Amino acid sequence: MLYSVIGYYSLILGLCFGLIIIYFSVKNFQNYQLLDNKILSFTFLQFFFVVISFLCLILSFVLSDFSNETVFNNSHTTKPLFYKIAGTWGNHEGSLLLWLFVLTLFILIFLLRSKKQPTKYKILTLVFQQMIIIGFFVFLIKTSNPFNFLYPTPEEGLGLNPILQDPALAIHPPILYLGYVGTSIIFSSALAATSLNIINKSWASHIKKWVLISWIFLTLGILLGSIWAYYELGWGGFWFWDPVENVSLMPWLALTTLLHCILVLEKKLILTSWVIILSIATFTLSMCGTFLVRSGILNSVHTFANDPERGLFILIFLFCLIFLSLLIFFFFHKNNKNNFTSLFWLSKETSIIVNNWFMMYFLSVVLIGTVYPIFLDVLSSQKISVGPPFYHKLIIPFLIPFLLMMAVGPKLKWIKSNLKDKFYLIILLAISILLSFLIVKNFDTKFLLNTILISSSMYLFFITLRDFFIKIHNNISQNIAHFGFSLLILSILFNNLFSTEIIANLKVGETFQSENTKIVFESINQEKEKNYQSIIGNFSIHNSKGKIENMLPELRIYNQPNIVTSEADIKTTLMSDKFIVINLVQNQDYFNIRYQVKPFMIWIWLSVVLISFGGLMSFIKKEHEK
Amino acid sequence: MKNKFFPIFIIFVFISIFIIFYKGLQDTNFYTPETKVNNEIPSFSAELFYSNKIVNSSEIFELNKFYLLNIWSSWCMPCRQEHSLLMDLTKNKNIEVIGINYKDTKINAKNFLNELGNPYKKIIFDKDGTKAIEWGAYGVPESFLIYNNKVKKKYIGPLNNKIIKEIRFTVK
Amino acid sequence: MKILKLFLIIFFIFSFNHLKANNEIIKNKITKNLRCLICQGQSVYDSDSEFANSLKVLVDKKLNEGFSEKQIYSYFKDKYGEWILYDPKFNKNTYILWLLPILIFLIGGAIISKSFIIKKK
Repeated sequence: MLYSVIGYYSLILGLCFGLIIIYFSVKNFQNYQLLDNKILSFTFLQFFFVVISFLCLILSFVLSDFSNETVFNNSHTTKPLFYKIAGTWGNHEGSLLLWLFVLTLFILIFLLRSKKQPTKYKILTLVFQQMIIIGFFVFLIKTSNPFNFLYPTPEEGLGLNPILQDPALAIHPPILYLGYVGTSIIFSSALAATSLNIINKSWASHIKKWVLISWIFLTLGILLGSIWAYYELGWGGFWFWDPVENVSLMPWLALTTLLHCILVLEKKLILTSWVIILSIATFTLSMCGTFLVRSGILNSVHTFANDPERGLFILIFLFCLIFLSLLIFFFFHKNNKNNFTSLFWLSKETSIIVNNWFMMYFLSVVLIGTVYPIFLDVLSSQKISVGPPFYHKLIIPFLIPFLLMMAVGPKLKWIKSNLKDKFYLIILLAISILLSFLIVKNFDTKFLLNTILISSSMYLFFITLRDFFIKIHNNISQNIAHFGFSLLILSILFNNLFSTEIIANLKVGETFQSENTKIVFESINQEKEKNYQSIIGNFSIHNSKGKIENMLPELRIYNQPNIVTSEADIKTTLMSDKFIVINLVQNQDYFNIRYQVKPFMIWIWLSVVLISFGGLMSFIKKEHEK
Repeated sequence: MKNKFFPIFIIFVFISIFIIFYKGLQDTNFYTPETKVNNEIPSFSAELFYSNKIVNSSEIFELNKFYLLNIWSSWCMPCRQEHSLLMDLTKNKNIEVIGINYKDTKINAKNFLNELGNPYKKIIFDKDGTKAIEWGAYGVPESFLIYNNKVKKKYIGPLNNKIIKEIRFTVK
Repeated sequence: MKILKLFLIIFFIFSFNHLKANNEIIKNKITKNLRCLICQGQSVYDSDSEFANSLKVLVDKKLNEGFSEKQIYSYFKDKYGEWILYDPKFNKNTYILWLLPILIFLIGGAIISKSFIIKKK
């Protein structure tokens, strides 16, 4: 009760400080030297109040204060403490408060870290950032106040959706938001730099840190979501091309493109307009994601409470920001005419431009696939679904030249001169083609496509692998990230190609026998936990070599809310994952059992970690140089 | 000239996107299949609940007669609610109620009917739920109004007084 | 070291047995392409709702009756509408869906090559 009041008024104070900052900045913009210190303290106070408000919400959750509507809707006294805290951002209101928290945190860090930047630029960035922050404040207070009162106070809460009670998902939103919100800094800073016309090399190296930070967090955030889907939602799947997943992929693609462009811009003053467009697009896509997910305009596995009023607010806010950035872009941006002057067509820069070209294509596929059903429905009231086959058909063929470009691209600088290296490139290509031919040989389906696909990703794999050994490569971080990417594609391909699956209906004591696997349903146990009852099946898996593995998949019947979830049992080894899950069948005495062997599963996760590690390396190197 | 045209074009594109999203917000996003009126009923053969005989759909539905096909199950709560309405409907001589027992066990279904009464002239036993799919149903309960081997109307979810009134009016 | 790793990979890959029942593969492929009407974000293959389970049984039956993949898709399309298919057919509703990304790709290519040509002059 008390905390709700404190939390609510802190929010209002935070909003006031946002308005004050904008007022002061605009009023004293010409006389800006005065502002420097004042603005920093105001921003700090705003951050402070958001923290207070966020802490109040966490405390309300921890104390199970059901007079708070958000707590009542999403918590329960029997929930473990960890999930009480994580439940704070597991719902719409709380997650928006988290957004706001990260927004204010980042702008504070931005101000502290860019002391050397021109003051005008700092102030303008702050103003643009405050517009976003104020938008979120108003959104939070008006449509989704996390501190609504309930009277009379209910005895017990409704509980958190059990599929969200998971460690990976508890840290997934904060990490992802760090990525999303990082893009807002890029957005504001790009707008500020455009209006002051200071898009240049020093701006590029200054903003590169922020691009890297948001890119690393976004990558890790997507990874966590994917891991969660793998063992909680999925039946062995980790990417469903679901709208909510696509929505996180789109900013990632844009951000990755931006990262590469910034690297070019840092060295040569080209692509300036393109960098601005990308900076705007990245944040717009993050916001667009928030809109698509929160408004419930699309339906997805990841169901969120939806409310058209909220959707409308974000939509209007989003388009205001888009128009603002378009205005600034068209009015202030002066295209420097010397674009491409120093470009030789076979250069590293060209390869990055080509990389951009492909990335934009992938982005357009994902974007169009995600929003097309909405457009069709509105324009002709035809309802269709766009699912994995669409994305696979349009993306996979283009992946091949993309991978090859990625392998050869970074070498283009010296490709003309160095004959020995040219020889290596060709030898490695031959090896990869041969190898993938041997691997795919035994498959009758899509033979040609798979061979080419595997050989091109292997090619990238070998080339980046070799780069680790030859000389002290001047760009180790890029090499790590590209190596990780090749590993990712390879693992996904092998995973798809060599997964085996058994689906069977078994009673206790029964055995399922296939060619080289025997599944014995040994027994079933019931256990009672604090907030759920579990039914644990005991299976032993015998393979052709007589090896036995015991697996214990679980069904959980949560009491609040009353939902049944199935917890897969996964045995992970370096080479493959064994995955088993059981399900109840209505009115039958048997269980539906799915057993899968999924090779290279862990490598998918590891390679993504490797990719973001590459980013981290680049970030640290940057700091180190200073 | 070209430089002026381009920003206007971009702004126009964004405005149209805005309008489409705005309109998209108004609709529900949950998909329910459209019912095509006057669709031929599917032909299938199925096991009858009490007699265990395998019958063809043509033996169940005669021409020039109204039928209400009701998909139900003993484990489905809304079915319990609508059951009294179905019992009422049996008093009307112009219409016959046919049941499809969806994914049920015979014992549970019999208990259900003993407790609440049996409104069905015939019951098709659909153990694995595939017969319901033949009808284009996807949940329980669902009901179809049939005349002359054609689906006249489809009701998704439990029946209510308004629907029963409508049915009575149609079959009068 | 590198060669050893290569051998390990090759050995590992060949040790997988990939002879599966053909019907099973097609069945999985079909159910992955059908969207569940109960939990509307999932494919029938991924879903465990009653409806999805029945649909899996029915796909199996139809395959045994000798239906082809295409026939099964059109059967379900008939019952539940175009929405149930995850793989939208190329028709007047979806021209833009399929062609717009390709068009964007081509335009992108044109812009890039144009800038190079201008530079050369």
